[in-house]
Amino acid sequence: MIQFIQNLGKSTRTSFNKLGRATYFLFEIISGTLGILLRPRLLVNQLYSVGVLSFLIITISGLFVGMVLGLQGYYTLSDFGAEETLGVMVAASLVRELGPVVSALLFAGRAGSALTAEIGLMKATEQLSGMEMMAVDPIKRILTPRFLAGLISMPLLAGLFSAVGIVGGQIIGSGLLGVDQGIYWSQMQASIDFHDDIINGIIKSVVFGFVTSWIALFEGYDAIPTSEGVSRATTRTVVNSAFSILGLDFILTALMFGDN
Amino acid sequence: MDNSVSSQDSIVSVRNLSFSRGNKKIFDDISLDFQRGKITAIMGPSGTGKTTLLKLIGGQLFPEQGVITVDGQDVHKLRRNELYELRKRLGMLFQSGALLTDMNVFDNVAFPLREHTHLPESMIRTLVLMKLQAVGLRGARNLMPNELSGGMARRVALARAIALDPMMILYDEPFTGQDPISMGVLVHLIKSLNNILGLTSIIVSHDVHDTSAIADYIYVLSGGKIVGQGTPEEIQQSDSEWVQQFMTGAADGPVHFHYPAKDYVDDLMSTGKRY
Amino acid sequence: MQHTNTQDTIVGLFVASGIAGLLFLAMQVSNLSSFVDEDSYTITARFENSGALKVKSQVSAAGVKIGHVIGINFDPKTYESVVKMSINAKYNTLPDDTTASIFTAGLLGEQYVNLDPGGSDVYLQKDGKIEITQSAIILEKAIGQFLFKSAAEEKK
Repeated sequence: MIQFIQNLGKSTRTSFNKLGRATYFLFEIISGTLGILLRPRLLVNQLYSVGVLSFLIITISGLFVGMVLGLQGYYTLSDFGAEETLGVMVAASLVRELGPVVSALLFAGRAGSALTAEIGLMKATEQLSGMEMMAVDPIKRILTPRFLAGLISMPLLAGLFSAVGIVGGQIIGSGLLGVDQGIYWSQMQASIDFHDDIINGIIKSVVFGFVTSWIALFEGYDAIPTSEGVSRATTRTVVNSAFSILGLDFILTALMFGDN
Repeated sequence: MDNSVSSQDSIVSVRNLSFSRGNKKIFDDISLDFQRGKITAIMGPSGTGKTTLLKLIGGQLFPEQGVITVDGQDVHKLRRNELYELRKRLGMLFQSGALLTDMNVFDNVAFPLREHTHLPESMIRTLVLMKLQAVGLRGARNLMPNELSGGMARRVALARAIALDPMMILYDEPFTGQDPISMGVLVHLIKSLNNILGLTSIIVSHDVHDTSAIADYIYVLSGGKIVGQGTPEEIQQSDSEWVQQFMTGAADGPVHFHYPAKDYVDDLMSTGKRY
Repeated sequence: MQHTNTQDTIVGLFVASGIAGLLFLAMQVSNLSSFVDEDSYTITARFENSGALKVKSQVSAAGVKIGHVIGINFDPKTYESVVKMSINAKYNTLPDDTTASIFTAGLLGEQYVNLDPGGSDVYLQKDGKIEITQSAIILEKAIGQFLFKSAAEEKK
């Protein structure tokens, strides 16, 4: 029993320690922002590997999610004779929830894990250490541009996901199932509020981009510099990102849509 | 420990250094001096913290006790930007080369120049080609690091280390895992760079033969202590049993072949109970 | 260095398409476009009961959206609901005997205002008032009436 309490105390302490280091690390990353804005080339390179390379998986998934919503929504709504509101249902689910959340989860799997593996390998092969010895701060030179790229890419990807999904829902709804196209769009426009829905959705995706990039970079930077350590860190990135995204989504949803 | 070398002309001096990792004491109150313009080697078996020593000199690790001065500055009392200024004058060659894997050879060598100077690209090109010429890899400028052999990667890393014309280069196990030819090339390069550019070199190695061929002074470390020091000749003739075992590579001696265990016969005859 | 150029282009395309996606959401999916559109005029209608109508609800005529609700207030003197509507300036030929009714899109859909033009030659002007209105059908009331009616019929 004493052993158990001891272990509990020890693991609590290590997790607080890790959180502390991660916070310090975050400040260091953010403090490099100005330097990177003066060298946009570094940011563009990372936008490519973080954003562009996630483009395909995000848009294709968005299309399918929208199509599934179109199908499921239609069958459920037609029971109540409310097929006209299919557009509202598809758009609201995508813009408020599925767009930010699913694209963030995909982003964590595609870009987050790649970031962790890349940084972890750079650590394992002494590239980060070598950079430090060349008087170049690896956090500012390597990690900050990746962090900013994640922060910028995430809302763009989430927006694409939702947009493609809404079109996908329309293809199924009015192309296949015969909901009037005009009604699909006009009902949607009548119910989806720019501020309450679109802006809040974008805020969510910025928060998710922030957290996912932070976790991915920290896990990579903090990885034990061996192949096993890096592969464990990659797994941790995906798991921790998924937990954080879903947990934060709950909190943000409660804050944003709670008092309607 | 008494210093047999005068610290007058030393570029790096280590005084009463102690450092441990976990419960293991890596350095126990040691003092070393590295002469300006000379090649000094630190030798010892694997796991004696030779690389740790280089990281301490470079300011990447902090000692528990003791002072390390580089070119008159106490490394661990420097502010961050002062330390970075100092590091611009140090080159370090990592065991793996530590080349940036997403850049080709040319960009790797150009990296410190682009980060620390505002030279025009044409000038950078000239400088990079000069450094690559010095290590004989001017023709490999467009290769990516994963297309290089281990020896070539180290030579590129060496070209990068001398890109900013440092005053001193720290070599971490430069000879490990090299075939005889690349080993010869590296030995020759280290020696000639030291002479031509007037560098100071610190080599960490456990390769007895090649290191003693080029070193001016050797420290032999073991168990956190200095067990021998002197010119290569003095080391060869050292009467310390330990140094002799290390230099000749005898299987048994003061460093035992067997990991500590209980008596062999008793162990075999025991019933095999788990303990 | 030649590949960075194509890379720049691809990154540019990526950012542009992301922004296009967000713009699409803003303009095509949400009601933002209805705030942006330039000219409109306001009319009011008084309903006995405006049901679940809310601000930003659609105003349509013959099934086509021509404006949206911008305000719903309770008049403490007449005990009526005063609904303010913004109508696109393109549709400035609504007769002054237009009927305004509150309908529901589908059984459970959103409530909206439907304008049914009459035959008058005089058109509604800015700040015009619609005199003939038909309140929202309150489901509970309708069911209650139906039950009451059938109960009365049974007694006969």
